[in-house]
Amino acid sequence: MIPGQFDYHRPASVSQAIGLLAEFGENARIVAGGHSLIPMMKLRMATPDHLVDIQDIPELKGVREDAGALVIGALVTQTELIASELLAEKCPILRETALQIADPQVRNAGTIGGNVANGDPGNDMPAVMQALAATYDIAGPNGARQVAARDFYEAAFLTALKDGEILTSIRIAAPAAGHGYAYQKQKRKIGDYATAAAAVILEMSVGTCSSASLALTNVGDTPLYAAAASQALVGTALDETAIGNAVAAAKDITDPAADSRGPKDFRTYVAGVMVKRAIETARSRATA
Amino acid sequence: MNEQTPTPSERAEKLQGLGSSRKRVEDARFTQGKGNYIDDMKLPGMLFGDFVRSIYGHARITSINKEAALALPGVLAVITVEDLKPLKLDYMPTLAGDVQAVLAGDKVLFQGQEVAFVVAEDRYIAADAVELVEVEYQELPALVDPFKAMEPEAPVLREDIKDKTEGAHGPRKNPNHIFTWEAGDAEATETALDQAEVVAKELISYQRCHPCPLETCGCVASMDKVNGKLTVWGTFQAPHAVRTVASLITNIPEHKIRIVSPDIGGGFGNKVGVYPGYICAIVASIVTGAPVKWIEDRIENLSATAFARDYHMKGEIGATRDGKITALRCYAIADHGAFDACADPTKFPAGFFSIFTGSYDIPAAFLSVDGVYTNKAPGGVAYRCSFRVTEASYFIERMIDVLARELNMDPAELRMKNFIKKEQFPYTSATGWEYDSGDYQTAMDKALQAVDYTGLRTEQKANREAFERGETRKLMGVGVAFFTEIVGAGPVKNCDILGLGMFDSCEIRIHPTGSAIARLGTISQGQGHATTFAQILASEIGIAAENITVEEGDTDTAPYGLGTYGSRSTPVAGAAAAMAGRKIRAKAQMIAAYLLEVHDNDLEWEVDRFVVKGAPERFKTMTELAFAAYNQAIPGIEPGLEAVSYYDPPNMTYPFGAYICVVDIDVDTGVTEIRRFYALDDCGTRINPMIIEGQVHGGLTEALAIAMGQEITYDELGNVQGASLLDYFMPTAVETPHWETDSTVTPSPHHPIGAKGVGESPNVGGVSAISNAVNDAFAHLGLKHTAMPHDHWRVWKTAQKLGLTG
Ligand SMILES: Cc1cc2nc3c(=O)[nH]c(=O)nc-3n(C[C@H](O)[C@H](O)[C@H](O)COP(=O)(O)OP(=O)(O)OC[C@H]3O[C@@H](n4cnc5c(N)ncnc54)[C@H](O)[C@@H]3O)c2cc1C
Repeated sequence: MIPGQFDYHRPASVSQAIGLLAEFGENARIVAGGHSLIPMMKLRMATPDHLVDIQDIPELKGVREDAGALVIGALVTQTELIASELLAEKCPILRETALQIADPQVRNAGTIGGNVANGDPGNDMPAVMQALAATYDIAGPNGARQVAARDFYEAAFLTALKDGEILTSIRIAAPAAGHGYAYQKQKRKIGDYATAAAAVILEMSVGTCSSASLALTNVGDTPLYAAAASQALVGTALDETAIGNAVAAAKDITDPAADSRGPKDFRTYVAGVMVKRAIETARSRATA
Repeated sequence: MNEQTPTPSERAEKLQGLGSSRKRVEDARFTQGKGNYIDDMKLPGMLFGDFVRSIYGHARITSINKEAALALPGVLAVITVEDLKPLKLDYMPTLAGDVQAVLAGDKVLFQGQEVAFVVAEDRYIAADAVELVEVEYQELPALVDPFKAMEPEAPVLREDIKDKTEGAHGPRKNPNHIFTWEAGDAEATETALDQAEVVAKELISYQRCHPCPLETCGCVASMDKVNGKLTVWGTFQAPHAVRTVASLITNIPEHKIRIVSPDIGGGFGNKVGVYPGYICAIVASIVTGAPVKWIEDRIENLSATAFARDYHMKGEIGATRDGKITALRCYAIADHGAFDACADPTKFPAGFFSIFTGSYDIPAAFLSVDGVYTNKAPGGVAYRCSFRVTEASYFIERMIDVLARELNMDPAELRMKNFIKKEQFPYTSATGWEYDSGDYQTAMDKALQAVDYTGLRTEQKANREAFERGETRKLMGVGVAFFTEIVGAGPVKNCDILGLGMFDSCEIRIHPTGSAIARLGTISQGQGHATTFAQILASEIGIAAENITVEEGDTDTAPYGLGTYGSRSTPVAGAAAAMAGRKIRAKAQMIAAYLLEVHDNDLEWEVDRFVVKGAPERFKTMTELAFAAYNQAIPGIEPGLEAVSYYDPPNMTYPFGAYICVVDIDVDTGVTEIRRFYALDDCGTRINPMIIEGQVHGGLTEALAIAMGQEITYDELGNVQGASLLDYFMPTAVETPHWETDSTVTPSPHHPIGAKGVGESPNVGGVSAISNAVNDAFAHLGLKHTAMPHDHWRVWKTAQKLGLTG
């Protein structure tokens, strides 16, 4: 459990970081909180020759509001996410999710940027970002660009991020006041990735669901935005039939791996249970 | 009389002897991070060793190329089997009478097996060099199912012994067979089962798990070439046994070997055996002339050093229709992995599994165990229990519940009906064990009342009706378990390990000013010996516990002993301490008689002094007597005040307990909440109630871990699954319920202070209680038995099979 040899770099700006990444090419890796990358390096499943530590880059820090959007710097740790009053008020699903990630020690180090850029289907934030229709701000040698969370994930550990690019921040259009939300996760123990989890954001208008957005964690090789399941809720009173339809549609798109968390049929079933419970919680929290 | 003199009971209290919840003296250093564990050791010029391990479960090694590794700057040696052969160290004896490859020769037999040992200037270079050693393999079919090991077409694993028809424990039936071990009366049991009004049958499997101590195994070996002395510091639960084995293996005379166990971060059986890492570190130190450190990482610990359990037990239990048990039979397949490295007393290849009649008066019983080889890591240690008693206890406690369903009888009532009665002790079981003392009925009554058992069953009935009506998706389960442990191995007449009798020892030296040092043959790994052994002595010799230093673990200073496992420290070494204390007192009495000018018999012992009978103002305290022992010439008495005792216990001790667990199961997710857990332990005389409670908490938490998740499995290619803490279940405070503890006290009649040992009871009883509760939750739907671990998916599968998941 000792990583291979590597050189360590600590740039002070995004442009410096991009320069280093360009210089070392595919032998370089960004390290943020290190709580996904370093375990992989210790197992020698990742063997970068150069680590570009982005911790000292001020542009990547902090949570702010920008023209109605919430902008979360890539380096914001899960602990900071939990502590942010702004996020708790405008987008409480982030705190609810962050509290279900690992334990306080991991959350003190792990960053939101690392969590969403990592590409591990077990990470919790990507599905939440899909449910929130977030976009990722990306900087690279050819300038800046934006990619929607729903378009970002291609396969396990494979994302739209190109070599030499850095995810600088996450942009979320704050959900309407009074929206319902829930992140429902089943895990075996503290510090475990989800057996299955579901994120739900919805709005109610005089007893009818006016918008809904659902996404799933760790039941496929990417996070799964559940478009049909979301659609199945809109225009309904979120009655048993509607929820049942959404659950069925969500289960339809899952393809979990059999692992020590359980066989496929179990994980699919639990995904359905998580979806159902997330919708019910979200409905109970929605105020209109 | 001096008015200032405190009363005897005040003085007794000050001693902090038996019964005092004195704080653990160990904790001052542990809570400040000042413990001294093996990986804290740094010696000048120390090198590091690291293993190249097999990536296959079963394969032929076709070549090993060490050139690239040796070329890496900082690498001193790459040791392979070819280097060990001339030293006759390619195989080492196991504690179970088998041999184990130190480094793999022609074949590897399990994934993670040691293939080469790299020695380098630091652990980072060593880890890099491990990657550079090129090993070529030719993969062979793996054998992972123990039931298939006995089949004729099974691949032959152990080519080194394939033609041996006789093993260490009798005839071998085929090349993958290790032993057959039987106990009880086969014929009488057959007859009784034939005649039984009711017979319940079930296959009870206890999964392979691992003790997973927080500190992994490791050592530092240092060969001093000047004086020819080898010192090995390491995580050893039995330092003296390691010394003897090391001497036998290396031919270094025993007085030239010193084994030291520093602070140990948990053992639970994992640190009893001798591992290739120790041998390789020793060889590397001899070769390089420098100290060599070897420390396992977590994955290595979970996948290569000793596992526990892996017993698959086919049971039959016979009874009358009104619930009197008449017979019990068990046929077990024991999966020992690639080498038989069980740590059992020599004459007991299946440990004390024949205690499988449990707490019940069963007239006829028979048991047969077949040990087999598979392509898995060797081990088979007692994970916080006495040799296979956990398997035995789990087996009978599940069988009783299975029978209760068959009889449609309450499981608590069925237990009560069949308990060995108080007046039957000492009781000889159908397989020949003599239970020393017990009062099971009283313990069970107390437990049932404490949890309001009747109330729980009423609530459960209501819960089942509500479930039926669709008002809840949770099912409530109540698990009752009663266990009898068999600990304190053991009497030298039938208990030895590699021919070393399982006595234990204590040596005491009283210093002139009235404080003392005691050394024992055991070694604490968290049990708090430095605290409790001082308490035993305080009560015996009248010196305050705080003035008694307890030292263990250094074979150059401690008297010979067999170490700490199987809850043997208090029953055996604790008894030796009491006996050594009594020798001190006997000599002190003679000194007192001389000083007070009376006959020995005219004195009586009172807490911390000898008092002249009938003249309470005339006395000598132990402090005064200690000084006299060193400063006066007393006719006929040697100077000094020291004693040593080697204690050979006349029998084992039999702690027992009643545990009750209440669970609520979410049938849609398989998530099982432990709502309540009540544990009543009877460990005889209670030395330190606070430490007992701590031990019970720890053992119950391990029981929770095993029952609810711990499992080491292999896929059909022999790849080990789940050998990291990502998967292997180590509960945190969040997963751990509140533990309610309680006690009764039934002293052991043969132990000098009546104590029985408690460290392991909660693991033994806890697993059954939790498993019984999970099974009970589904009992009304016709479930007889569902296997551990009761993790989410298995519980859900059970619900699914019963048609509950829609
Ligand atoms: C015991 C344990 C339990 C855990 N449990 C969970 C859990 O339940 N749920 C969960 O979601 N996570 C869990 N994690 C992972 C944890 O949340 C990580 O911290 C997180 O996934 C990655 O964030 P990081 O800052 O540590 O990233 P790092 O480990 O530093 O990086 C991860 C990957 O992302 C890349 N990267 C990082 N930042 C950027 C960036 N700004 N731009 C481009 N690429 C970048 C890195 O190059 C690397 O490939 C757990 C971790 C541990 C150790």
